[in-house]
Amino acid sequence: MDPVFAFLALLTTAGAVAAVSLRNLVHCALCLVVAFAGLAALYLQLNAQFIGFAQILVYVGAVAILIVFAILLTRGSEPGNQPILSSSWQAGLGVAVLVLGALGVAVASSFVRYYPVSPAPQPTVRELGEQLMTNYVLPLEVIGLLLTAAMIGAVIIAMHEKQGPR
Amino acid sequence: MTPLHQYLFLSALLFGVGLAGALTRRNAIIVLIGIELMLNAANLNFIAFWRFSRHPELATGLMFVLFSIGIAAAEAAVGLALIIAIYRHYRTANLDQFDSMKG
Repeated sequence: MDPVFAFLALLTTAGAVAAVSLRNLVHCALCLVVAFAGLAALYLQLNAQFIGFAQILVYVGAVAILIVFAILLTRGSEPGNQPILSSSWQAGLGVAVLVLGALGVAVASSFVRYYPVSPAPQPTVRELGEQLMTNYVLPLEVIGLLLTAAMIGAVIIAMHEKQGPR
Repeated sequence: MTPLHQYLFLSALLFGVGLAGALTRRNAIIVLIGIELMLNAANLNFIAFWRFSRHPELATGLMFVLFSIGIAAAEAAVGLALIIAIYRHYRTANLDQFDSMKG
């Protein structure tokens, strides 16, 4: 196994496991940042430079900060010494292990194990931009509309409710 | 160069970890973190299949991941706004206590 891949895989998996298992929520968010950064490095390894930097900008820069803000705004719910697992955690863990086993068996038994390693593609940002402006121009417009609507919706949902009629 | 199936195993592992987090934790924010991890596992699959595809110059996998990242950002914003609104109502972010619609 490639040592760089092994290191990045270990880092990403450890960050992900810590992000869903630690008790302190702020530590969870910081470990999530580690997992996202590891994934961005994996994208760079796969020659997808633009996606790797977009991952850092969007996930490490925006989503993780948003999660930290939400954690700080819901601070009163910190479990002191209450259980951190939900009441039906055995069933949830069972489902997760089953899904992981099914995915593992599916990958292990599929033909991708013998897939040839092709030479690395070299996508340029110019090519991606041309694709976005020609073949994918409609999805681009739709996602712009979706993001606008989602942001306005998020602000309205999180806005303070009025105290009675004015 | 790392072969394709190792990326797929890593992605399956990340998906399993995210699913376990989403299904077993009590705090709504950790559930959202688990969902983000699952989305990222899917993105890793797309990139890995694009890298090993026969026509990488079409950049289909890259485009899909680009749009997927955009949708994940919108999803995270709306999800966290919902959690904050629910917290303001119930004064807690524990999923076990959001049971007023339970039959």
